[in-house]
Amino acid sequence: MLGEGIVKGMAETARNFFGSFVDRSRLTTAQFPEERLPQPEATRVFPFLIYDTEDREKGLRCVACKICEAECPPKCIYIEKSTDKKPDYAGKPQFYPQVFDIDVSVCMSCQICVEVCPFEAIKMDTAFELSTDDRFGGLLWQKDRLSRPNEYYHSIHPTEAAEVDRALAEKKAKAEAKPAAGAAAAR
Amino acid sequence: MMLEAASIERTTEERTPVEAAELSASPENGQLLELSMGPHHPSTHGVFRMNVQLEGERVMRLKPVFGYLHRNHEQIAEKVSYLASIPYTDRLDYLCSMTNNWAYALTVEKLAGLAVPERAEYIRVITAELTRLQNHASLIGFLLQDMGASGTPLMYAFREREKILDLFESLSGARMMCNYMRFGGVRVDLPPQWVERAQALVGGFPRFLDEFERLLMGNEILMGRTQGVGVLPRELAINAGITGPMLRASGVNYDIRKVDGYGIYGRFKFRVPLGEHGDVYDRYMMRVLEMRESVGILKQALGEIPGGPIIDAKARLRGLRPKAGEAYGRIESPKGELGFFLISDGSTNPYRYRVRPPSLINLTVLEDMCLGRNVADVVVILGSVDIVLGEVDR
Repeated sequence: MLGEGIVKGMAETARNFFGSFVDRSRLTTAQFPEERLPQPEATRVFPFLIYDTEDREKGLRCVACKICEAECPPKCIYIEKSTDKKPDYAGKPQFYPQVFDIDVSVCMSCQICVEVCPFEAIKMDTAFELSTDDRFGGLLWQKDRLSRPNEYYHSIHPTEAAEVDRALAEKKAKAEAKPAAGAAAAR
Repeated sequence: MMLEAASIERTTEERTPVEAAELSASPENGQLLELSMGPHHPSTHGVFRMNVQLEGERVMRLKPVFGYLHRNHEQIAEKVSYLASIPYTDRLDYLCSMTNNWAYALTVEKLAGLAVPERAEYIRVITAELTRLQNHASLIGFLLQDMGASGTPLMYAFREREKILDLFESLSGARMMCNYMRFGGVRVDLPPQWVERAQALVGGFPRFLDEFERLLMGNEILMGRTQGVGVLPRELAINAGITGPMLRASGVNYDIRKVDGYGIYGRFKFRVPLGEHGDVYDRYMMRVLEMRESVGILKQALGEIPGGPIIDAKARLRGLRPKAGEAYGRIESPKGELGFFLISDGSTNPYRYRVRPPSLINLTVLEDMCLGRNVADVVVILGSVDIVLGEVDR
């Protein structure tokens, strides 16, 4: 009969409509501002810099090696290396970034900077409500806005952060063992 | 009485569309109206423009105009390192970032001679087939939207697509721009419970397909709008280099998963659906049937995924310098043959980088399919080609 297919399709629509009153799986819309779905741990939005101690200037892990600046596909990172050195987590004197800017209007959240960083200094943030009415200054994030404590990293990516901490502690232990062994050998 | 495909006028059977157009495009037949469809028209799937010459409602000439979304992808890729191009490949066909990543990674692996561990191969197959599911589901939704079924099929398709994107998000951190594959493997291992979640999704997917079928199969309007419309003859499809579901809808048995057996596709049992008429209806059915086959592949792959490393131990993330040479890698992306051609001169960035985009090459026969049809059919025919302008314009 002509129109049979249409009637069958309508019946399917009706089943979905009435089904949505009894079956939660048919009602998929989350009413966003009021209802928020949990973000998975892997979520990535924009990068931020990690600092370890209380002081966000002194504790910054970044040593201004500029690898992320070179590897960044859209070239949204701008770094100016310092002229003097400060001790890093292992006590070794290192350079630090005098200027570290990320233009988040250019950043495409690809996470390449995080992957190439040998110092675990740059990680991905999960905050996403970042709109601003200043399209130039408001989207060019400076070092002070980018730096976040390690505890913050633990709060957004707990598993990953625990692994990173373990790896860093191992590195530090090795670095500490080396001069001790060297001194022992010299004696 | 069912509306049969045969009862619909098939202009293509008596004479080819080109002949038909030339016959009636003579000056004494009156003036032709030139109409620019697009670039910002919802039916053009992005910023695609068709300059159509119309006689009344009939299309006499159709000239595709593209390039509005040109982003200089190939040139940029020649200036940045091999690694930095991966996130750019996400943005080619932005519905299927996983398959784009795979095609590029496959080519670089060929160039640099990297092996892929077993587990990574399985993860690649799983993510690629999930990509195929969500691409085909949303394509059918969009096609129906173009026909005027505003909303319902598209929303049902998107409901399923969301679940797949949720899986991608928990795996790679992003829903669409996954940036997941690396040379010699994949970036991160599957999170806990991921395989179980994927199995639950794949197990529930046939239910959605059945529902979709009940919603659409036998719908007289769908039949009337698609059967016998936009016929692509077998010979033309082969000569024009058409690939993917569109080629198979014209009855050519050519699936790169079978022909090349790249990755580990040789291990899975699946069939390649083939069409007969090469019309819009066959192209639509190709997608429905391919989704069923993909579900089968996914069930096998998720069942037997082994443990082990996810990336080749030799693979280095940064500073990849393949020795001078060239490589062409191709995969069966949801839209057709997606190929990357790379020439290396031994430095950190490719000397030449070229994408073979299935969407663009499948578009070349658009005029042949549209001639002699109505404007409303042009929209449906374009919808059945399955283009994404990010890939067409690059």
